[in-house]
Amino acid sequence: MRCRRLALGLGFCLLLGMALCFLWMYVENWLPFSYVPYYLPCPEIFNMKLQYKGEKPFQPVTWSLYPQPKLLEQRPTELLTLTPWLAPIVSEGTFNPELLQHIYQPLNLTIGVTVFAVGKYTQFIQHFLESAERFFMQGYRVRYYVFTNDPAAVPRVPLGPGRSLSTIPIQKHSRWEEISTRRMETISWHIAETAHREVDYLFCLDVDMVFRNPWGPETLGDLVAAIHPGYYAVPRQQFPYERRRVSTAFVADSEGDFYYGGAVFGGRVARVYEFTRGCHMAILADKANGIMAAWQEESHLNRRFLSHKPSKVLSPEYLWDDRKPQPPRLKLIRFSTLDKATGWLRS
Amino acid sequence: MEDGPTKLPPGAYLRSSLPQDWLGQDDHGVVPQQMLETKQFSGSNCHLGTCRVPEVPRMVYAKAQVLKPTRADVLVMTPWFAPIIWDGVFDSTILDAQFQNATIGLTVFAIKKYVVFLELFLQTAEKHFMVGHRVTYYVFTDRPTDVPRVPLAEGRQLVVLEVRNYSRWQDVSMHRMEMISNFSQQRFLLEVDYLVCMDVDMKFSDHVGVEILSPLFGTLHPGFYRVAREAFTYERRPQSQAYIPRDEGDFYYAGGFFGGSVVEVLQLTTACHQAMVVDRANGIEAVWHDESHLNKYLLYHKPTKVLSPEYLWDEQMLQRPPFLRKLRYVAVPKNHAEIRN
Repeated sequence: MRCRRLALGLGFCLLLGMALCFLWMYVENWLPFSYVPYYLPCPEIFNMKLQYKGEKPFQPVTWSLYPQPKLLEQRPTELLTLTPWLAPIVSEGTFNPELLQHIYQPLNLTIGVTVFAVGKYTQFIQHFLESAERFFMQGYRVRYYVFTNDPAAVPRVPLGPGRSLSTIPIQKHSRWEEISTRRMETISWHIAETAHREVDYLFCLDVDMVFRNPWGPETLGDLVAAIHPGYYAVPRQQFPYERRRVSTAFVADSEGDFYYGGAVFGGRVARVYEFTRGCHMAILADKANGIMAAWQEESHLNRRFLSHKPSKVLSPEYLWDDRKPQPPRLKLIRFSTLDKATGWLRS
Repeated sequence: MEDGPTKLPPGAYLRSSLPQDWLGQDDHGVVPQQMLETKQFSGSNCHLGTCRVPEVPRMVYAKAQVLKPTRADVLVMTPWFAPIIWDGVFDSTILDAQFQNATIGLTVFAIKKYVVFLELFLQTAEKHFMVGHRVTYYVFTDRPTDVPRVPLAEGRQLVVLEVRNYSRWQDVSMHRMEMISNFSQQRFLLEVDYLVCMDVDMKFSDHVGVEILSPLFGTLHPGFYRVAREAFTYERRPQSQAYIPRDEGDFYYAGGFFGGSVVEVLQLTTACHQAMVVDRANGIEAVWHDESHLNKYLLYHKPTKVLSPEYLWDEQMLQRPPFLRKLRYVAVPKNHAEIRN
């Protein structure tokens, strides 16, 4: 008798358990949205305090063999050299490369570069690195960070002394927009993990580009943006900002300084961390609302540069589109796109 | 007035070693100076752990045009990327938002008869200097009872610092460096973010705002903006610490208006004072006193902003050129012989 009751009791418990299980599975599937933990930022990264090294004040400059700056000079109309918030706009003729070399060389800086080469974009790495070896920060310690889903596809390019490369494997996503919007997250995570210990300044560049002329310490600054080559002569109402109010990247018609290109930005590593982190949070908020900004990351970058104005701006010399004819005002193209079939690349 | 080094507040680590080129070497073989590593440097309120670019709210203002430089008649940026501040080059709407939390200290010396200039100086400063921002006037004087009571706007205060005087006006002028250096260590580091060091025998006649603020700034002397470097009145005797050879020099900076973050001003005033001490021990006095030493310092420690002659002018001595759209800080007419006696 007792055995039967026990067996009945156990059977009942088993049935109850299975019923609860089925009920749970049903409820789980019935809920309108499911929680995807991958999108949640890791708390420790965002709480991580970066060692602040401080903006290094200018070293005593002993080298004085350069012409005296001419205060009054009728100059032919050229490019604007100062933003309204007094950030320099860098172009050929606004700086003395040798003087800057004497200022920056003794600081023993290491400059980092991040590039993303996912899927078919790995084919661009070779040209990018070879041209960087010729023109990018000659005479400084440089660290390339190549983010790719296929580390084996990263070619071995000979690097000069004091220059090194590390390959960081990342996940490939099915949609190219997804890959593009992940960059901010990946860069900020990588800075927190590694780069803040290894470099002083960091540039985040697109890989499908080549350097064509020197890119040196004139580009170094706290927070650096580059003017997009397609929009430097255009009024702000025509900038391709995100115009939907629901997006965190929204910019109104009456707002805007310049339209900055997503292919080039950088600065002191701590500032780039804050910047990419801020962009990533904004992208996450949009994602939660099911919206993707008009130009993905570039829209968010532009929104953020509006409220956190760059301390230095690079003229379109530093971000050019080779499909455009070079205007006479731009004396020297330093970094430009490779002509390519984007449709095929993104498939 | 206290002499000698005082205990530094926590968070400011000052290397006591001096740049080697200030101590008797005139071949400019410089050992790179060690860095001051303090959280207050760069004047952008950077604290250990996070590095914030000042955030500005949504604002409406005219857009800058990449193909239309705002001033085609003057140089607006030095070859080392320091902006040269002229009218038309900056937008106060944006800058005021970026610097809204800054506290600015203004040091002025009213020794002996110079107290008579204080009233007009302070009255015009209330109208034109950093309006809308937190300001502390530091009035150094040997006659504290003669400091006038000028009504101050909200967020602004005046501190009287009693100091000794010197019989020679040259010594009064030169000891300003020492006094600013001492008081920077004692209190300015704790009380303000930026220090602006100005002459008292002047008045403000137009806007002087946060567009001048940066880690280190100097002002172009109104008498020398056109002049070739060989003709600058630098100290030309190699025996002096302020010596600059004829083929060197960017600008001739005025001794009556310089400043920057407290840390940078502390470094500058300490270096200038030490150089003057060495000169005195060697029985030499630089031709333009503290101004000569200031120019030497700014040649080798390039300023991060340069103020145009709009920011220091003398209408009686100079004819106003067309490119000078505003006169912001101008000399008050005075009888030199009488006031300096």
